[in-house]
Amino acid sequence: MTMTEREISTITAQVNGEVVEVPDGSTILDACRQAGLDLPTLCYGPTMTAANACRVCVVELEGSRTLVPSCSRKLEEGMDIRTGTERAEHSRRLVMELLGSASELDRSGDQLDSWIEDAGAEPSRFGPKAATVAAQPKIEDDLYVRDYGRCILCYRCVDACGVEHQNTFAITVAGRGFEAHISTEFDVALPDSACVYCGNCIAVCPTGALVGKVEFDMREDDTWDESRQGVTRTVCAYCGVGCNLDLHTQDGKIVNVTSPHDHDVTLGNLCIKGRFGWSYVSSAGDV
Amino acid sequence: MDLRALLDRPTDAERLAVDDLLGPSEEFNGRVAYGGHEARARRQLLLPALHACQDAVGSISRGALGYISERLTVPPAELYGVATFYSLFNTDEARGTTVHVCDDIVCSQYGAKGLLQTLEGSELSWEASPCLGQCERAPAVMFHSPGEGYGNAAPVDSDTVGNVVFDELPHGVVHQDQSQLRLLRRIGRIDPTSLEAYRGSGGYQTLTRAIELGPDGVISALDESGLKGRGGAAFPIGIKWRGVADAPGPDKYVIANGDESEPGTFKDRLLMEGDPFAVIEAMTIYGFATGSTKGYIYVRGEYPTAEKRLRDAIVMASEAGLLGTRVANAGFDFDLEVRRGAGAYICGEETALFASIEGYRGEPRQKPPFPTQHGVFGRPTGINNIETLLAALEVIEGGAGEFARVGTEQSTGPKLFCVSGAVEKPGVFEVPFGTTLGEILALAGGVRGGRGLGAVLLGGAAGVFVDFSFLDMPLTFEDTREAGATLGSGAVIVFDENCDFGPVLRRIARFFEEESCGQCVPCRIGTVRQSEALARLNDGETLGTVADELERLDDLARVMTDASICGLGQTAASAIQSAIRLQLRGAPA
Repeated sequence: MTMTEREISTITAQVNGEVVEVPDGSTILDACRQAGLDLPTLCYGPTMTAANACRVCVVELEGSRTLVPSCSRKLEEGMDIRTGTERAEHSRRLVMELLGSASELDRSGDQLDSWIEDAGAEPSRFGPKAATVAAQPKIEDDLYVRDYGRCILCYRCVDACGVEHQNTFAITVAGRGFEAHISTEFDVALPDSACVYCGNCIAVCPTGALVGKVEFDMREDDTWDESRQGVTRTVCAYCGVGCNLDLHTQDGKIVNVTSPHDHDVTLGNLCIKGRFGWSYVSSAGDV
Repeated sequence: MDLRALLDRPTDAERLAVDDLLGPSEEFNGRVAYGGHEARARRQLLLPALHACQDAVGSISRGALGYISERLTVPPAELYGVATFYSLFNTDEARGTTVHVCDDIVCSQYGAKGLLQTLEGSELSWEASPCLGQCERAPAVMFHSPGEGYGNAAPVDSDTVGNVVFDELPHGVVHQDQSQLRLLRRIGRIDPTSLEAYRGSGGYQTLTRAIELGPDGVISALDESGLKGRGGAAFPIGIKWRGVADAPGPDKYVIANGDESEPGTFKDRLLMEGDPFAVIEAMTIYGFATGSTKGYIYVRGEYPTAEKRLRDAIVMASEAGLLGTRVANAGFDFDLEVRRGAGAYICGEETALFASIEGYRGEPRQKPPFPTQHGVFGRPTGINNIETLLAALEVIEGGAGEFARVGTEQSTGPKLFCVSGAVEKPGVFEVPFGTTLGEILALAGGVRGGRGLGAVLLGGAAGVFVDFSFLDMPLTFEDTREAGATLGSGAVIVFDENCDFGPVLRRIARFFEEESCGQCVPCRIGTVRQSEALARLNDGETLGTVADELERLDDLARVMTDASICGLGQTAASAIQSAIRLQLRGAPA
C-alpha cells in the first residue's frame, strides 16, 4: 500500500452536542480541541504522554460513573462528552482550589491565573492553617534551582528525566500521599545523583518550581520583567545537531535559554551546553 | 540508560540477603557488569529484594539500595521511590525490633491508646499502624524483628504488648455450627499444614471435576451460578474469567488478591491461614479455565501466618504434582507464586497491585484498558479476591444450581461478614445473602455489655455508617445499593450507644490521608483538607460557621468521588458523609 492509498480511520463522537470526527487513537482532549474548546491541563504537556495525575481536565462522559480525564482517555466511537456541566466545572474548580491551597502558584504564568479566575477558584477557603508543601528552595549550583514549595507533583519532570525524554532517571516521586515529593535517591544533592544538568525538567515544569538560577535570582530581586524581554531564535553553536535555541534577553543580556517545544528535533529539550553554557556571551574578559 | 550507582557498599548481611534471592553476583575486581534485557526482566523481584534487606537488617540502607539497583538494573532514584512508597520499609537508620500497634477504629475501642502510652515510656521502637486485620481479637500488634521475621500478637494488653513472641496465633474462631458452613467448613477443623488432611476432606476433587468440565464448562458454570465478586465491586465472575480466557495467549496471568487491608476486614486472613490449599486449588482451576500458566497470590504484608501457610502449601502441592508442568497429569501447566505486600492499602486496588508486583510504586492506572486486556506486565490478567475464589470453588464442586439456590436472585451464594467492634462475639460469620443486619448482629451475640446500638459501619473505612433503622435491611448487593449503603469488603463494625464518633471519623479521615498514593490531586490534597475540616469541627474552631465547614466537606467529597483516579479517592469521603447525614459527628470538645 502506498502512502496515497492509506486511509486514516476516524472516530466520530459528540462534544457538547457537536459532532466531531478525529483520527483513531485521539484523546477526548484532542476531540475537544477540534471542536474549538480548550480545557486547562497541568500534568499533560504537549511533548509528553499524559501523566493523568492532576485531574484538572476532567469532563463528563455519558454512561461513566465518574468524570474522566480528557488528556489521557482515548476517544471511542459514539462517545457523548460534556465539558461544561456543573459537575465537571465543580471538580475543575476544586482541583485548582486544592492545588492553590497547597503550593505557591504565583510563578505559574498568566494562563493558570486566568484558569483559576475563570473557574472562580478560591484557594484561601481552606484557611490559613491548611497544610502546604512549603520548603526552602534547593540551591546547589549556579545552573538551576529546585523550589519545591511551588511543586504540584505533576510528574512531568520525572517523566522528562526518565522514559519520555532524557532516560537519565535522576529523580523520582518518593514517599506517599501528601508527603509524596520529587527526590533523588536518599535526597542526595544533584551533583551526586545521575543528573546530567540537561535542564529538560525545567523545560516541562508548569509552575516555576524548576527554574534557571539567573531567572530565580532575578525574580527574588524583583528585577525579572518579561515585558522588557525579547526572544531571539538561533541555532546552538556547540555541536552539529543544530538545536534551535530561544535566547531570552532583558536589557541586552541573556537571562534564559529555551528550545521551542514544537521543534521536531528537540521537542524543547537541550543539553547542558545549549541550555546553560551562555554566560560567556556577556563575559567582560578577553576572548 | 546510564546507571549511576550509589557510592555506599552493602554490608555482608545485606549482600547475602539479596544474593539469597537473586543468586550469587558475578563480581570481578570490584567491578560488576549486569544489564541487558535479562537483568531488566527481573525488575519484578524488586519488592522481594527490598523485603529481604528489611527482614535481614531492619532497614533499606544506601548500600543495600545501591546493590539491589545494580543487580536489577533499576536506577537508584526509582528504587528509592518504590522503597519509600511502602510503610513497612524503613529507609532511615536501622531499628531493632519494632512493634506496630493497631490504633484503627476497632482496636481503638479496645484500648489501643493505652498500649501506645505504655510503649511511649519503653525502650522498644514502635509505630501506630492502620488496621492489622485481627479485629476479632483486638487490640492487636505486629512485631518486626531483623533477622527473626515478623509476627502478630492479639489480643495484647499493657503488660504483654512489649513481649515479642513469634508463636503463630491460633486460628480465628468460627462461632457457627458446622452444618451451616461451606466457605468456612475446614477452618479450625482440618490441619492447614497438611495436604493429606486437605485431600481427606474432599480437597482437590474439585480440580478433577473442573478438568472433566473443561475450561468452557467451568466458566459456563460460573455464569449460571450468578457469582459476583466479593471484593467490593460485585462484578460477575463468569464474565471476568471468560474475558481472560478469550484474550490472546500464551502470556496471561491470574492473581489472588489477598491484600485485605480494609479496616475491620479479616475474612480472607481466616481463609488463607486456615484453608490455604483451597486457595491454591481455586487458583489452579482459574489458571486452567483461562489458559494462564502463571499465578500470583498477593498477601498483605501484615499477615505473616497466611504468607507462611501459602508458601508451604505451594511447596507441598508442587511436590505432589498439583502445580508445575502437567498439573494432576492433565494437559496443562500452572505455577503459583506468593508475593508479600509491604504496608500499602492502595495495593489492594487491582491496577496498583499489578504495579506493585512489577516492581513499581503502587500507583493505580487509568481504566480502561481493563485488566482482562491489559493487566500485570501489560498482559491479560484475571484478578479476584480470596473469598471470591473460594466461592468459585463451591460453584464447581456443588454445581451452579446448588450455589444459586442460596441467597437471592441477584446476590447468589454464601457470604462472609467480619463482625467486630462492640459485639459480644466478634468473628467471621458465613450466612446466605439476604440475611438481615440484625440477624448478623444477633449471631455475634448482640451489642457488647447489653448496651444499645450506636451505629454500624458497613464495608470498613470506605463504607457507609447505618443506624438501627437499617437492622431489617437484607444484606445483598441490591438491597444495600438501594438503601444508599454498601457491602464493600464485608466488614460490619459495631459501635455502641456511648461511642463518641468525633475521634472515629478523624481516624477514618487520617486513614485515607495516610494511605492515599499521592498521585491525583483530589485524593492527595482532598484527604488532607477533609482531615483538617473534621479536626476544626471536633475542636470547635470552625472556619466560619459549622454549616460552612459542612459545605466545605461536601465540596471535598464531591471532587474526590467524581475526579479521583481510583476507588480509594472515590470512597474516601463515603463513611464521613454518611456519618454527617446520621448526625454522628460527635460533640465538639
